[in-house]
Amino acid sequence: MALLEAKKLTMTFGGLMAVDSVSFNIEQGEILGLIGPNGAGKTTCFNLLTGIYQPTSGEILFKGENLRGYKTYEVTKKGIARTFQNIRLFGAMTVLENVLIGQHCRTKTGLFGAITRLGSVKKEEENAREKAEELLKFVGLLEKKNEKAKNLPYGEQRRLEIARALATDPELLLLDEPAAGMNPQETNDLIDLIKQIRQMGKTILLIEHDMKLVMGICDRIVVLDYGKKIADGTPKEIRENSRVIKAYLGDPD
Amino acid sequence: MFNAYYLQVLVVVGINTILALGLNLITGITGQLSLGHAAFMSIGAYTSAILSLKYQLPFAVVLLSGAFMAAFFGIILGFPTLRLSGDYLAITTLGFAEITKVVLLNMESAGKALGLAGIPQKANVYNVYVLVIVVVFALIRLINSRVGRAFQAIREDEIAAEATGIPITRYKIMAFAIGSFLAGLGGGLYAHYLTYINPTDFGFLKSIEILNMVVLGGMGSIPGSVLGALILTVVPEMLRFVQDYRMLFYGVVLIFLMIFRPNGLLGGVSLTKMLSTRKRRNLETNN
Repeated sequence: MALLEAKKLTMTFGGLMAVDSVSFNIEQGEILGLIGPNGAGKTTCFNLLTGIYQPTSGEILFKGENLRGYKTYEVTKKGIARTFQNIRLFGAMTVLENVLIGQHCRTKTGLFGAITRLGSVKKEEENAREKAEELLKFVGLLEKKNEKAKNLPYGEQRRLEIARALATDPELLLLDEPAAGMNPQETNDLIDLIKQIRQMGKTILLIEHDMKLVMGICDRIVVLDYGKKIADGTPKEIRENSRVIKAYLGDPD
Repeated sequence: MFNAYYLQVLVVVGINTILALGLNLITGITGQLSLGHAAFMSIGAYTSAILSLKYQLPFAVVLLSGAFMAAFFGIILGFPTLRLSGDYLAITTLGFAEITKVVLLNMESAGKALGLAGIPQKANVYNVYVLVIVVVFALIRLINSRVGRAFQAIREDEIAAEATGIPITRYKIMAFAIGSFLAGLGGGLYAHYLTYINPTDFGFLKSIEILNMVVLGGMGSIPGSVLGALILTVVPEMLRFVQDYRMLFYGVVLIFLMIFRPNGLLGGVSLTKMLSTRKRRNLETNN
């Protein structure tokens, strides 16, 4: 069984078909790329998978369970985490706090516990901090843990967003244009990071325009154009697919 | 030195501190603009005063009842409005405050426009400041916890907060209820200190006065709210000789503040971070 199955997903905004009966599977442990020209419906797909939008029709099965009706935070708790195309960090908070917030759905402390700070609460907080520091070390931001997130340079903000998403303990990680705005060196570091995340046993779905990154690390690629799926296959197949070439470069006639 | 007048100012500073801290939790920390904090204060004041006058219940009981009543109304109001994001809460709280005032002005058991007089004077400088310390302590602990981080995450970015696994509506209502609880607590103390309350004590200007304390001190900063309450209570007292110009004074202060300290006097300052940096600095100098 696939980790996630999207079946005939459709999303309309008024008269606009942003996503038009798109179906695809994500297999356990793979890196799947979602590509397409601007406005093809990639980010809308992400918003559907994470419950920000409810699909107009079609269904999403995650580990066999239909996600319809679940709110975004519930989807996160079920094991789907994401990053955003336009970075959305908690800017005025520290790097460490950002990652601690990622652990919200895996911890329990309530109002009463927070104020009384009994033994179990202290223990939970200590564990959360330890885990947050491990994740920061993993993405190479441990030395910056007490800096405000908004003061980090762009590439580090992207890595912090990934650390925060990993803190929710996801099985499936959705990365929305992780290499956008990065220089070649930063992109290479990012490729290494994504490979390491896969080795941790996570499944990854990524939207990306950087073809070097997409072709370099994806096991499989799904191509969208005008809300429709036009191709699905290995990087090699996609590179040679005439419909994909047409969508990106236009018709030679 | 501690004559009755100074003592009264001191107690009012304490009460205002509790009110400002409550609003700071809602507006400064969770980022939800409330323009009706005085309404929740009036609910606490009237509930506790009526319980004292009619049933002669112990002070602690009436005070807590007032606070819980305010929190209850906070939840009732927050439930439909906090699902939405944006400025809906500001408009709703504004309307709610006016409704509360009109209801109190027409409620027989609340003394209508005459208000309630002869409330036993149970609040004093000791119990007010014990409560101030308890509230400050509890809020500092709250902010530096899983719950407090969720509040701040909502202020920073609602969409990211929800995608990170925080049920944002639930936490917004929680923050609003705690803030209203503190408003009710402050209202109960106010009623049992001044011994007389009237619906016009809790009008729109009172809400704005409390909001000024939060903004002046620095949104989201606990020491900031304490300082804001202190300054905006003491300075108008010092300016009593120009009482008519008090609002002018507010205006001028706020304009200068926005120009020179757009984040408030202690914006971005937190007590625990201040202490931990000092500790770190001491360690570094020792090495």
